[in-house]
Amino acid sequence: MRALVREIYISIFEFVRTFGAFQLFFLRLLMHSPTLIVRRPGLVIKQIYNTGALSLVIIMVCGFFVGGVLGLQAYANLAKFNAEDSTGTVVALALIKELGPVITALLFAGRAGTALSSEIGLMKATDQLSAMEMMAINPVRRVLVPRFLGGVIAMPMLVAIFSCVGLFGAHVVVVELLDVDVGAFWQQMRYSIELIDIYEGIYKSIAFGIVISLLAVWEGYNAIPTAEGVGRATTRTVVISAIAVLILDFMITAVML
Amino acid sequence: MVSGDSENLIEIRDLNYSRGARVIFKGLNLTIKRGQITAIMGPSGTGKTTLLRLITRQLIPHRGTILIDGVNIASLNLTQLYKMRRRFGMLFQNGALLTDLNVFENVAFPLREHTELTNRLIRHVVLTKLHAVGLRGAADMVPSELSGGMARRVALARAMVMDPDILIYDEPFVGLDPISMGVIVRLVRRMNDALGITSIVVSHDVAEVSTVADCSYLISGGKVAASGSPDELRTTKSKLVQQFMHGMADGPVAFHYDAPDYAEQLLGRDSE
Repeated sequence: MRALVREIYISIFEFVRTFGAFQLFFLRLLMHSPTLIVRRPGLVIKQIYNTGALSLVIIMVCGFFVGGVLGLQAYANLAKFNAEDSTGTVVALALIKELGPVITALLFAGRAGTALSSEIGLMKATDQLSAMEMMAINPVRRVLVPRFLGGVIAMPMLVAIFSCVGLFGAHVVVVELLDVDVGAFWQQMRYSIELIDIYEGIYKSIAFGIVISLLAVWEGYNAIPTAEGVGRATTRTVVISAIAVLILDFMITAVML
Repeated sequence: MVSGDSENLIEIRDLNYSRGARVIFKGLNLTIKRGQITAIMGPSGTGKTTLLRLITRQLIPHRGTILIDGVNIASLNLTQLYKMRRRFGMLFQNGALLTDLNVFENVAFPLREHTELTNRLIRHVVLTKLHAVGLRGAADMVPSELSGGMARRVALARAMVMDPDILIYDEPFVGLDPISMGVIVRLVRRMNDALGITSIVVSHDVAEVSTVADCSYLISGGKVAASGSPDELRTTKSKLVQQFMHGMADGPVAFHYDAPDYAEQLLGRDSE
């Protein structure tokens, strides 16, 4: 019994300590961010390219097919009530408020988040971060902050692109293949979508970008410097990011209702 | 530029450091003299690399002090520490080159981060350092294209590009062919004498270290087991020193890590 209590105590203690360290780490990143953006914008732009531009193909392909399948499902069900003209509205609402941010976040965690974690973890394992320390260069500022900011800035742009391509996919399926009137498809959407719906998508994309980028650099920076440790950190990034995104999505939706 | 007047550049007093339950150093005392090449030697696992990391405050000792020019480095804040570290150049065991940059940019990296030099001047300095290690022709290669020895030579060029006061070499001779080894040994000596810097060399390579070091420390059991010039160490009566300097299998330092009886283990009796 005493051993069990001790185990529970140690677990809680470790959790609180890790959570505290995580918050301090976040503060450190935030503290260095303004000066880095002003003095070394090139570093951030390079990371926006790495995390954002290099994720474009996967985001666009997935966006097109998600939009297409949404269009199909919405059409099939709305047609039962002769309301197929509202297909555009349903697709747009689902994409802008929910599926756009969430699916982009999950893809982003799988593509860019894992790349960040493994890159930073390997830099640690091969003494590259120690070498920077020895050159009097702060690796948090030089390596972690640009990657964090790159992810945070790239994510809303990727969400916007995902949603636009998704709408195009829905247009191709619903208008071109299923012969729904093009005017009804876009006009209904225009009347139904309000600015608050778009804001919701933007808030979510920013929140997801911060969470995934933060988790990715944290896991990479704290990875055990071995092949197994880096692999584990990469896996943890995807798993924890996915859970965090879904929980956060629920919370933001509940607040915005 | 060497600062301070004292003959001793680095003084380590009563250093204690443990990793988990394993004691690495217990009461280690060591002095590194200004302008000399000091070799730190010892059997595998004695904590030579750990000592370098303690000297550069990548690790913090559990007890004892490390003074650099009379300043206890444990007492420095981050800004002061980074200012102090700009006096150091360190060659890591595996080179630790930045894998997303090519050879030229790796060597230029400290210059770009710390100085406002023009590209033309940076190019001049970098090519000079690369020429010194014989790799001017490899400037456009990326680290993955380099052999282990070449990577270490590039890392050496990077370590000296800021003209540091103190150059630290962690196993600089591992993986070098005899020609490169000879050149690097002479380079270490020449840089030390020409620029008036202080060098610390951690190495197993007794023969090579002996040709270049002014003073050697042999570390064993968490303490300094012997010190002196390489010639003094070679002629000392201590069995431990003799074993290490002459590479003998028998002596105070066991070749085998602690293990149960060999025959008993092969017969499977150790687990009964």
